[in-house]
Formats: sequence, C-alpha cells, structure tokens
Amino acid sequence: MTPRPGFVLEVDGSTPPTLLWNGEGFTLERFPEGTRVLYAPEPLEPLPDPIGAIAEALEHPVGGSEPLRALMTPGMRLTICFDDVSLPLPPMQAPDIRQMVIEQVLDLAAAAGVDDVMLIAALALHRRMTEAELRHALGDRIYEAFAPRGLLTQHDAEDPSNLTDLGRTAEGEEVEINRRAAESDLVVYVNICLVAMDGGHKSVATGLASYRSLRHHHNPTTMRHSRSFMHAPSSELHSSNWRMGRHIAASGVKVFQIETTLNTDTFPSQFAFLQRREWEWSLRDRATYAATAAALDAAPGKLSRQIFHSIKAPHQMTSVQAGEVEAVHDLALEHVWRQQGVAVTGQTDVLTMGLPYICPYNVNSIMNPILVACLGLGYFFNLYRGKPLVREGGVLIMQHPTKPHFDPAFHPSYIDFYEQVLTETTDPAEMHKLYEESFANDPWYVHLYRTGHAYHGVHPFYMWYWCAHALEHLGRVIVLGGDPKAVRRMGFSPASTLADALEIASDVVGRSPTITHMHVPPLLLADVQ
Amino acid sequence: MGIADDLAGRRFFVTGGTGFLGTALIERILRTIPDAQVVALVRPGRRHDVATRVEREILRNDCFARLRDELGGRFDHQVADRLRGVAGDVSSDGLGLDEAGRAELAACDVVIHSAATVSFDAPLDHAVEVNLLGPSRVAAAVAASAAAGGRPAHLIAVSTAYVAGAHQGETAERLLSEDRFSLAIDWSAEVASARRLRDDLEDASRQPEHLREFARRAHAEQGASGTHLLAARAERLREDWVRRQLVAAGSARAKALGWPDAYAFTKALGERALVARHGPQGEVPVPLTIVRPSIIESALAEPRPGWIRGFRMAEPIILSFARGLLREFPGVPEGITDVIPVDLVVAAIIAVAARGPEDGPAVYHVASGVRNPLAYGQLVHLIKDWFDRHPLYDDRGQPISLPEWSFPGRGRVQRQLQQAVKLMDVAERGLRLMPFRRKQAEWAAKLEDRQTLAERALGYAELYGAYTETEARYRIDRLLGLFESLDPEDRQRFCFDPAVIDWAHYVSEVHLPSVVERGRVRTSPGRPGGTDRQTRLRSAVLSPDRHLAVFDLEHTLIASNVVDSYAWLASRHMEPDRRVGFVADLLASAPRWLSLDRRDRGDFLRYFYRRYEGAPVEAIARDAWDLFHEFLLPRAFPAGIARVRHHRRLGHRTLLITGALDVVVEPLRPLFDDVVCASLSERDGIFTGHLAELSPIGEARALMLERYTLEHGLSLAESVAYADSSSDLAMLEAVGFPVVVNPDARLAAIARRRGWLVEQWSRAAGGTDRLLPLGGLEHRSLTTGAGSVGP
Repeated sequence: MTPRPGFVLEVDGSTPPTLLWNGEGFTLERFPEGTRVLYAPEPLEPLPDPIGAIAEALEHPVGGSEPLRALMTPGMRLTICFDDVSLPLPPMQAPDIRQMVIEQVLDLAAAAGVDDVMLIAALALHRRMTEAELRHALGDRIYEAFAPRGLLTQHDAEDPSNLTDLGRTAEGEEVEINRRAAESDLVVYVNICLVAMDGGHKSVATGLASYRSLRHHHNPTTMRHSRSFMHAPSSELHSSNWRMGRHIAASGVKVFQIETTLNTDTFPSQFAFLQRREWEWSLRDRATYAATAAALDAAPGKLSRQIFHSIKAPHQMTSVQAGEVEAVHDLALEHVWRQQGVAVTGQTDVLTMGLPYICPYNVNSIMNPILVACLGLGYFFNLYRGKPLVREGGVLIMQHPTKPHFDPAFHPSYIDFYEQVLTETTDPAEMHKLYEESFANDPWYVHLYRTGHAYHGVHPFYMWYWCAHALEHLGRVIVLGGDPKAVRRMGFSPASTLADALEIASDVVGRSPTITHMHVPPLLLADVQ
Repeated sequence: MGIADDLAGRRFFVTGGTGFLGTALIERILRTIPDAQVVALVRPGRRHDVATRVEREILRNDCFARLRDELGGRFDHQVADRLRGVAGDVSSDGLGLDEAGRAELAACDVVIHSAATVSFDAPLDHAVEVNLLGPSRVAAAVAASAAAGGRPAHLIAVSTAYVAGAHQGETAERLLSEDRFSLAIDWSAEVASARRLRDDLEDASRQPEHLREFARRAHAEQGASGTHLLAARAERLREDWVRRQLVAAGSARAKALGWPDAYAFTKALGERALVARHGPQGEVPVPLTIVRPSIIESALAEPRPGWIRGFRMAEPIILSFARGLLREFPGVPEGITDVIPVDLVVAAIIAVAARGPEDGPAVYHVASGVRNPLAYGQLVHLIKDWFDRHPLYDDRGQPISLPEWSFPGRGRVQRQLQQAVKLMDVAERGLRLMPFRRKQAEWAAKLEDRQTLAERALGYAELYGAYTETEARYRIDRLLGLFESLDPEDRQRFCFDPAVIDWAHYVSEVHLPSVVERGRVRTSPGRPGGTDRQTRLRSAVLSPDRHLAVFDLEHTLIASNVVDSYAWLASRHMEPDRRVGFVADLLASAPRWLSLDRRDRGDFLRYFYRRYEGAPVEAIARDAWDLFHEFLLPRAFPAGIARVRHHRRLGHRTLLITGALDVVVEPLRPLFDDVVCASLSERDGIFTGHLAELSPIGEARALMLERYTLEHGLSLAESVAYADSSSDLAMLEAVGFPVVVNPDARLAAIARRRGWLVEQWSRAAGGTDRLLPLGGLEHRSLTTGAGSVGP
C-alpha cells in the first residue's frame, strides 16, 4: 500500500478527540468545530537495501565530485565528521545511519591504504557525547578501533590550539573551524537530514566552528530574518552558513558530503497510536493509549522520563546522496519535503501544538523551560515554507508541563540563564547586548563544556534567539498546562485547560478565531499558500 | 528666691550619670540652673575612656536634643565647659578616685548618688557591692574630701520606695530604723556572706561533675566545633551557672526577710548602712537626704513627653503582652501600680538640693499611689485599649490580637508557664538530636526562640509579680510639703506633684507610643518588603568591599560526602555480583563512620581514607573526572556554584577548604582561586592509604584562614565564609561575614541567635536521585578514552 500524503482534517461533530503531546505524556483534547488538524504524511517506504544504496552513492557522487574511492590516496590525511547526538530524534534503533555510512567510508579508506584517519563528532557548542551515545551512533566496532587510540574525538570549540582561522567572508564574518578538519586532505561529513534546516554548508560551517565564528549567524538579528530557517532561501541563518561554507571550500578544505534522510516512522510498535490518525485508531490503539496514559499518570516523573528516553525510533533511511555539498543538499531536501511536506491554504489566528518530551538538546536529559520555548517557538513554529502557519499578531498555544527542572550536568548555564537573565529581560536583542558575552566567555562554563557534558555557556541564549522570529511575529504565547511561575518568567501566559487557553487567546484574536493544530511529532513541514 | 537662683553656679557631683535617672538629672541641671557645673562619676569602659563615655552615653542621648536645639552651635562649647567626667566606680572603696577626682569631689556643693544596679535579678554579690555598699562609699568619699576642705557637701542618696518591703498598708517618709516592722539586720554580715557565697560557688562550679556537665551541654549546643570553641562555651556556661546561683541566692535571701527581690533588699540595707555610718549618730556624719522614687517610667513633659532611656521594668512586659506572648500576668485589678514619670523624680531631687540638708537625714517618697493612684486593672485596660487601636503585627503582616486578661493569681501563672517551658525544652532537645536540615532546622530554631520568650515571660512573672500585687501605699506628705513651699513659678518649672498626671493621657499618649517606637516591633501591616534582614545581610556579603569568600564543599556546595565519592569510585569497575557484598559492607560500616565523624572529623578522615590503600593513582584520578561530571555536579547546588562565581565577578578572592581528596576536587579547581584539600601519599603509582596532607579542620581552619588572609594582604573582617556544619563554627566566627548554608538544627539555632545570613540552597529540581552512590550504573555512561578527559 502506498503511504498516504499529509492530511488537513477539518474538525466536525464526528471527529474524535485529538492527541496532544504534553512532555512526558499526552492528553486527548476536543477542538472546536472548524479547527484544522495537520497530519504528517505516512512513513515512506525505506530504501530496500541501505548498504547497497550507500555504496552506490559513494561510487556515484553528485555535483561533479569524483567517487570517494578515487579521492582516497595512501598517506593522505582523512577526517570523518558526523552529526552529534541531537540527530535524529528520537535516537534511531541500531544500527545507526552514521555507523552504516562510516563503516563503508572506512572500508574504502582501508582499501586505499589510508592510515591517518580521525573521527570527529561535529558538536559545535553542544555537549560532548557520552561513551554510550558514541557507541550507539558508531557501533562498537568503530568505537573500539578508534576511541582507545584517541582517534575518535569530539570537536572542542574552546580549544584555541585545535582551531584554524580561515579568514573572513565577503560580509566580514570570521570563519574559524576545527584545525584537524581544516588541515585534512579530505573531510567526509556524515549527516542525517532530519528536518530541512539540517545539512548543507551548515554541517561544517556550524558543526566544526568556534563561538567567534558562530556568533555571526547565531544572533537575534539573523534569527529574525530567517523566515523560516526550515527554508534555506528565506533563511539568513543559512545564507551566512552558505557564505562560510563556500569560503571554507575556497580556502582549500575539501569536503565530501554524505547526506541521508529518514522516514517518519518515529515510534516503536508499542507507541504506534502516536503516529496514527485518531479516527483510525483500532481497538488495540485505544487500549494501548488508555494503558499508557494511566501508567504514565501513576509513574513518578523521573520514571516517565526514563521510559520515554529509552525509546529508540524505528525510522529508516529513505535516501542517501554524496558528493559536492550544495548538490547533495538539494537532493536531500527534496526527500525531506517528500516525506514531511503538507500543503496548507491560508494562515490561522491560533496555532496549537503539543510539545513532546524531547528536543535536539535534551537527549537523555530534562527538557527545561528554555528548551520548551525553543521547541515550540523555535522549531515547531518554524516548520513552514512561505508564510508562518499563524498570522502576524496571532496566538500560539503549546502544551507542556514546563516545570522549572534542569539538568545541572548538561545544562548548567541554563540554570543561571533562567535565574539571572530571564528575570531581567525576555527580549533577545537586549539579552544579546547585555549578557551574551559574559556567559559565552565564562571560564566555568567553558571548563564544564570542555571536560564534562555541558552545553556551552552561550547555548541558552541561542535557544532563546531561535524563538526571536516567533516572539516578534506572535501576539501572545500561551502554555497549556505549564507551571505558571516558569511560564510567566518567560513572558508567556499559563492556562490550565484548552478552553481557558482559547478564552485567553480571545483577547488577542477575538471570539471566533480560526484554529490550526499541528499534530507533531511525527514531523511535518507546512507549505503555506 | 527661686530654685534656679538658689542653685545658680553650684557644683553637682552625680553618680549613675549614664543611667536613666542620672541622664535626665544632668540634662535638667544643665538646662535649667544657670552656670551650674556637673561632675559625673563614670566607670572607664573597656573600649572607651571617661571623656568618650560622657560624650557618647550622656551628651549624645536624645535627652539632650532639646538643649541642643536651644543652644544651637553653642551647645558643644557651653556644655563641655559645664559637664566633666571623672573616672571612678561606686563598687570600690574611695570610689576609685584619683587625686584630681578627689579634688573635683571636694569642690562640689551637692552630691547626688543615683548609681545602682536596678536589675531585679542581679547576682547577690554584685547587688551588695553596688546597692548596699555604694551609698556608704560615696558618703565616705564626701566626708574624706571635706576633711581636707571644710564643710562636707549635701549628699542626696536615691533609693527606692520598695525598701519598705512587701508589707501592706501605708508607709511614711521616715528612716527604716524608725519603722515598726523593720527587722534589725546586720548588714555587714550580709556583705560577708554574699562575698563568701561567690567564692564558694566559684569553687563548686569547678568540681569535676559540674565541669563535665558544662562540657556536655556545650557539645550538645555546638557539636564538634573544636576544642577551643567548646571550651569557651563551657566556660560561659560555668559563669552563667555561678551567676544564676547568685541570683537565686539573692532572691531567696530577700524573700526570707520580707523583700520582693534582691534589689529592694540590698537598697534597704544600703540605706541602713548609710545612716548607721554617716547619719548624725554615725562615725563620720555627712549632711544627708534620702529620695525614694517608686517605679520610674518615661517622662511626662521634660525634656520631652515620653523620653525614656534603656528598657525599664514595665516595657518588656508590655511588649510581650502586645505580641501575644504573655497571655496572663499575675496581679490584683484593684492593686495599685505605683508608677512615677522620671521628670517628676528629677524635679524633686533638684528641689531637695535647693532646700539643702535638714536636721537629721530627711526622707522623701516620690510616688503616685496615695495622691493619684493608678489601679492595676485600669493600667491593663488602658494598655489593651491602646494596642487594640494600634496593634503590633506578626512576621506575616497580620495584626496580633490580644487576649483578655483574667488577673490570675501568681501561682497559677507560674505553674502554667513552667509547664510550657518544660514542654518546649523537651521538644527542642529532641529536635536538636535529629539530623534535620533546612525547614525542620528552622522550626527547631523557631521553637528555641519561642522557648526563650516563654522563659522570659516566666521570669517576668517571678520577678515583677510582687509589684503588681503589692498593697503598700507610699505617703508623700513631706514631698507635698516641700512642693507647697515652692513659689508658684517653681511649682510650674519643677513640678513634682503626682496629681498633675492624667493617667489615661500618660499611658496612651506619652508612654506607650514611646515604648512601641523604641521596641523595634512591627507596627504596620503587610509582608516585610525587599529590605528584610536576610536581603540586607546578603547584599553586605555581596558588596564589592569584601576581600575573600571561603567555601566548605560537602553539603555547602554539593550534596555529597567523602563516603559517597569513595563508594562511587570503588564500585565503578566492579562486577555486578561483587556489588552486593560491597553495598552490604558499606551499609554495615556507616554507623561506625558516622559516630567517628561526629566525635572527630580528622580521625574519621584518617581512618576512612585507608580504604584507598592499593588503588592505582592514575586510574582514580581519571575516574574522578567522571565522578565529578556524572555524580557530583548533578548533586551540586546551582545557587551555591553561582554564588562562588558571583564573588569572583565582584573581584573577591575565592577559596575552597575541604576534607575531600585532591583528585576528587581537581575538576572544581577552576571555580576557585585557591583550593585547600586533603591528599594521599603514593608509592609507585599506588595509594598507600595514608594521608600526605590533611586540610585543616575545625579551629585549624580559622587559624589557616588567618594566615591565608595575612599572606595575601586581605582582611578577615572583610571576608565571607560559607559552611553548613557546627564543626565550622570557628571559621564562621573568624570572618566578618559568616553565611550558614542548609544548617542542621544546632547551627540554625546558633545562626539565628547571632543574626547570621542563612542560605537554603537545593539541588536542581527534577534530577535523578539514586539511593546508593554506586559508579558504573549510569544510564548515560561516559567517554573515558574518547577525546580529552580533563583539560
């Protein structure tokens, strides 16, 4: 059976309640009649022979690149970089795509007699991956072969001795990337293009860069002019990354890009109801929903978190392409759109969404209030091409408990950001001006980022800048079920029921607004006409 | 001729000038008697000399505000000319005067002796020295100075109406020896006995069983805070014990002889001694007048209505009542409360001085009970009525409602209060034994506060009960006679006729507003604003003026301890089946470690660190990084870590002092300028299990800190110390700005008493909590070997 495309349901009297994510749980809500509910296309059929497809892509690259085999010469210096733990979401069932791709790259290198091979996790300012996470992404065989000899490293954006200054772009943006990558004869970048913002020049220009370089595109101004950053041609974030990527190529760094795409088969069979349309729920789906909801209700918060973070997604590869960065990326984007695109006509007054337990920055950790804001206003709000789903001045209602809970090992600077910055201002431009530098250069955060598993000190700022476009665009943000104190501190309005939330929204959008609900995840990209 | 003219240009010698009555007296003389000179006998203080004490404790008192206003810029000049202090002390023979002092005394015309220990619960020997022997010493000094220079000065001795004792009926203004019921008591025997008692008690308090008890109680209060601090506390307890015994002895002796308390008793004997030695029949006669006021309270009009100095007898009772702490106070509603405003007493003394000595020692009562009685019931009614209109507020900002007073008998109140005190004592001791922190510890501290208040209330009832029940009436015929003899103008200017007091006005408009204003109580509703005490203390701690911030580690910055760290490191690479035995062993040893730690932290660490014997140094050092990121950091108090960094941003030096091992502390180094910690000695890359270095513990920390600040040119007084346990008491005491973090009940109580900043820091909410501190179980196990571990 061919998978069905994305779907826009109009709620009527016979529509069953709709599932809304609520952090480490979910609720069923009845929307007013006339509400549009957007569903992602059903998972595409995966590539029947992923191993063969990878070999094929390496052998027949695009964009005028020579086959990878031809690029390998004895005595060369080869660096393989790969996306970090923030991709894909949820983490995929083994074997991970990165493992499958890198194993073949290493086979080619071995066959060509390449000895000097190094693996780098392209962290940018993310936290270092744990051993378990590295083993999962690369497989035990690669881990055992490289890690003990110190050949599996994680990019350190704060190690001056391991950074190379490649000068400036025409726009004056400083380009500074990982020294090993910059000084390699070939950089092979292994990417997972989960959403349309990933990949392309962003892989190297962001993943391997330093704070000095990143700040040119990770700032409030760029973010406000990225409409959206899920659509590169309208994204200032991407324009800057493309300038940098081209500058890197022009500086003589040869990048062989491998991009892969996944289908939307997001949840394992015991959670299958999460990606089915409610009116098609079977008796079994209903029963599992009821049982799961009851179990989660009864379980302590920490247990629910553990259950959810142990989910490994069954998503599978829908495409793999290799070669020159831009040509590869264009192809990958086509596959992303094929899987995630949903055509939508017209904007809405109120956009609603339920936020799940995970975002790119809390894998195996706690989703703190800043990440809640980032997931709703940064990621989900920006899942559009053309115009935002919600009209300018409209209201966004997102459901999440938004507890002021933090992971002190992974997110230490978030705690201080929440206590020291958000208590003073929620304006991205103002915090950028007043506080960013002091957090970015704080030696303690740098220490924790470099030696432990902490996000960089500046990272919470980036998360807030991610929201800048939405904050400017929206008339009000309502957090359904959110901790009132935490929600208010971020400048949003708390509401305890959907009816309350719509009541609060009516101050801004009137009594009979149009409502659109994004039924994510599984992820979708709205093509708004 | 009026009083002012009579006394113009005279020289007055005043004792007790820094007291309530003395200050008012000096002010009145300087303000109303032209060109009068005052010489004040002042005890040189430990910190200030006589001139400074005169300046600070007499002239700067708000009593002189009116005179300052009147004189403007001339005040300093004119008053400095007319008021001089001489060093001396009424509790030593010859008043401790030097040659110059004796000359000053010899030049005086009038000597007013108002120095007394007015506390009703003074130790007997002290009351004897000051109240009993004081007047005779003054008289002897007056006589001695006169021997050289001629006619002795007129001595006006201020006594108290209550020398008459607790008997009923009217008391006339006459010498005690003329009183029919007066017992002939040998005052010199009482003196000898009180002095001997002090010596006996000092001896008794040094008996081993007592010393053991003091040491035990000091430890119960302060825990393992170090030998010196415990010794200091035990010594304080010993002194307190001696003092309490002397207070009890004084009270018992007084009651046995028919006086309400040691104050009235020693004052009475003081009068007798004075008359016996220096009356007309005495060995060395001195012209003598005795003035006996009743309970002196705030001024009716002079220098301004409501002026008062120090907290007198009635104020604490009134405030306790208004706070709702004192629900009952003994007293008979019809009984007379004999209160007299201070300015009336002052005026009477000045009039007596102007009148000059009479034949034989004259006695004047200055009391209101006969001429203008204030019934106890009326007083209570006025107070209740006033506080109903102007309530005090509790710390939540609610008005405190007042109980109806039922005028119970003294016995019932005392029994109730005693039971309450006993009950709270049991509860408080119980709480202190529990290893509580945070909120529970605060409760315990609050309970202790309540207990103190209840004890105080009991004290009031015991001490002052007699004064509300007394049915004695102090006649003032002679005083009124003196008043009648004044010309009409003086009757206005130096009024001391109690009939002028309108009690309702005095209590409601004059006295209570003054008491409440001085009582530092909450008189407005609403929750305390942003500038509460803790906020003020915190901003002082975080002022750029500070030099150094010292932090303890365990439970101050991180909810963990050396046992946790060891267990984590030891179990990290352990096979699962060995873990069971390891855990069992750990749990079995825990009580022994705990008790060892309680006794002596140094011994505990020495003993405990032997467990590291044979461990490979390099592997432990490597694992310690994972220990930190995976186990310790999630247990850190983010607010504490933020505080360290805040101090650094302010330019303060930061120092970590901990008993933890250097390898464990290593990842924390970048947070501090300096780290002082323990380290193990090693041989061939293996730990020997012996300490190479033990960081200072207890008092040694304070000493180390002293040396450290000296070496770095910093000031201890400008330093901040953070600690969580009473074993750090010495360090906390050593710095100018101690901060107590998540204190246990004992330390919470100490911090509360001393007004230290208390921070309640907690771990980040939502983190994972594991029952046992075992390594290698982590869901998100670490990257040893991949990339750089450690900088």
